[in-house]
Amino acid sequence: MTSLSKAAALAAPVAMLSAVPALAQSVDEKVNQIFASSTGWFVNFIFSPFPGTSFPWIVMWLVIAATVFTLYFGFIQFRAFPHSIALVKGDYSDPNDAGEVSHFQALATALSGTVGLGNIAGVAVAVGIGGPGATFWMILAGLMGMASKFTECTLGVKYRNEYADGTVSGGPMYYMTKGFEERGIPAGKFMAILFSIFCILGALGGGNMFQANQAHAQITNVVGEFPGWITGLIFAGIVFAVIVGGLKSIASVTEKVVPFMGVLYVATALVIIAMNADMIGWAFGQIFAGAFTGLGIAGGMVGALIQGFKRAAFSNEAGVGSAAIAHSAVRTKEPITEGFVSLLEPFIDTVVICTMTALVIIITGQLVSDPNTGLYLLDEGASTIQTVDGNKGVALTSAAFSSAFPFFKYILAIAVILFAFSTMISWSYYGLKAWTFLFGEGQTKELVFKVIFCIFVVIGASASLGPVIDFSDAAIFAMAVVNIIALYLLMPIVKRELDSYLSRLKSGEIKKFS
Amino acid sequence: MTTKFVVGYDGSAASRRALDFAMERAAAVGATLIVAHVLEWSPYSFLTPTELEERHKRRGEELARAENHLMAPLKSQLAGQGVTVETVIRYGHVADTICDIATDSGAAQIFVARKGESGLAARVFGSVAGTLAQCAPVPCTIVP
Repeated sequence: MTSLSKAAALAAPVAMLSAVPALAQSVDEKVNQIFASSTGWFVNFIFSPFPGTSFPWIVMWLVIAATVFTLYFGFIQFRAFPHSIALVKGDYSDPNDAGEVSHFQALATALSGTVGLGNIAGVAVAVGIGGPGATFWMILAGLMGMASKFTECTLGVKYRNEYADGTVSGGPMYYMTKGFEERGIPAGKFMAILFSIFCILGALGGGNMFQANQAHAQITNVVGEFPGWITGLIFAGIVFAVIVGGLKSIASVTEKVVPFMGVLYVATALVIIAMNADMIGWAFGQIFAGAFTGLGIAGGMVGALIQGFKRAAFSNEAGVGSAAIAHSAVRTKEPITEGFVSLLEPFIDTVVICTMTALVIIITGQLVSDPNTGLYLLDEGASTIQTVDGNKGVALTSAAFSSAFPFFKYILAIAVILFAFSTMISWSYYGLKAWTFLFGEGQTKELVFKVIFCIFVVIGASASLGPVIDFSDAAIFAMAVVNIIALYLLMPIVKRELDSYLSRLKSGEIKKFS
Repeated sequence: MTTKFVVGYDGSAASRRALDFAMERAAAVGATLIVAHVLEWSPYSFLTPTELEERHKRRGEELARAENHLMAPLKSQLAGQGVTVETVIRYGHVADTICDIATDSGAAQIFVARKGESGLAARVFGSVAGTLAQCAPVPCTIVP
């Protein structure tokens, strides 16, 4: 072969390869346009601020709900905390029930659905815009969110469907239909249908496309640019193998590695914090000062508060209703025990893991402040804080961790991919449950959803579909609108369960087994 | 009160040797033999959402399989040999659960096979026989 024909032979596939992204580009633009024009109103509605402020009403909706549940159940998240730990340890589990789903397993599975990009990228966004003060509000929102989780997961177990073959289905759609009927409240079925629609959209968007997209972004961050559809196809193939092919080994490997990654992440953060032990006091000083004064960030105290609350809600999903689906499979005679266990979820996710991320970013000095005034310096757009290398989002977290351990960015990349994958597996399940609630159970019907889910993995990874991702986030929050209305209406039932359980616990009727 | 012996049985050739040995001893002293089959299980393992949903169903299937394919045929095989045989199927950590069964039933002795694993795997993960040798509440016979 002559050198000319060699060059031609090489050029042809190269030209084809370069044509693919161009084609994908135009497809992306089309998808963006269609989505933006047809769903923009919905996104704008969900994230619209209170008149005259920049505070999105949906964030307020979640915070008010968390506050109401906290007060209504008398600060249950603090009162029941030791008992929750005892339940997870299995102190109250009947040894004869060994082999059934334990409290620990339900909690671990639910956690692997929530611990993810919100903890790594989301927190960096919050601190990058809201400054260290956002951490304070994030922790507060996490602590309050524990009461929301408690309420929804108790109801999830109480009103789940148990089938003759021993399988269970639970979640907000079931407590909306059965719980409302029990209390004589109309429109339960309507609410359940509405919730299911939002849940499917949320599963395809925030629980899928957003994850695939961010995983691809993290991979390119480490290995360099390459087309997203490659990542998408690989991810979709693995997801397909797991959810359609029933290839349990991949899923169980992920389920084992994800907690390990979580522990490694927190441990590394603790080491970095310990290495800068003299800065801890200063960092908390910044967090408290920032929480109430803003320390020069855009929007001041309110700016910090919005970012903290918003990212906490994104991260721990308290009040969204997704956890109620995950927790409903546990084997227990007392639904309230699963409520107790689930309240640990926002604690681990937000109060522990998110706070670690924030502390590492603050302590490693990623945010640039004026040495004279102590106020943070803003970027040109005056919306975000200047960072040392101009990093934002997941890159900011990566830079903070790498400043202490340069190799950590590789570990973080693996962690992000695994977290994204486990979140996808969890949301494929949540979406499927909503799908079967709407269309009924059946292999073909389930297969249709699973295939759609895999297609959306590819779409999600292929390009930055801004409006699509906005829409899917909005759908997840729309779940919270419907779910929290149901929680308000059904919370007396949870209260009754709680009072009965606590009195039996006190009288010794409920015994410890170990 | 009759003496009780516990023997660990998983259907393998090694565990069959332990069972036969225990049968002999039980016949000699007129003891009741409790054949224990433990399904390895940890409440701290990690499961996917689908596995959580199906767990109760799977547990039923696993117990039925163990009973129908392992314990029931064994019981009929051992019948008429002059030894009272009881069977028990439990979930849990194998060695710990055998200890629990021995304690709960007031057994005088435990019989268990060893698989003869050596090398790294045995050192890292330990073995049922090794663990029982360390923590059995009653005398424990390890049958090679």
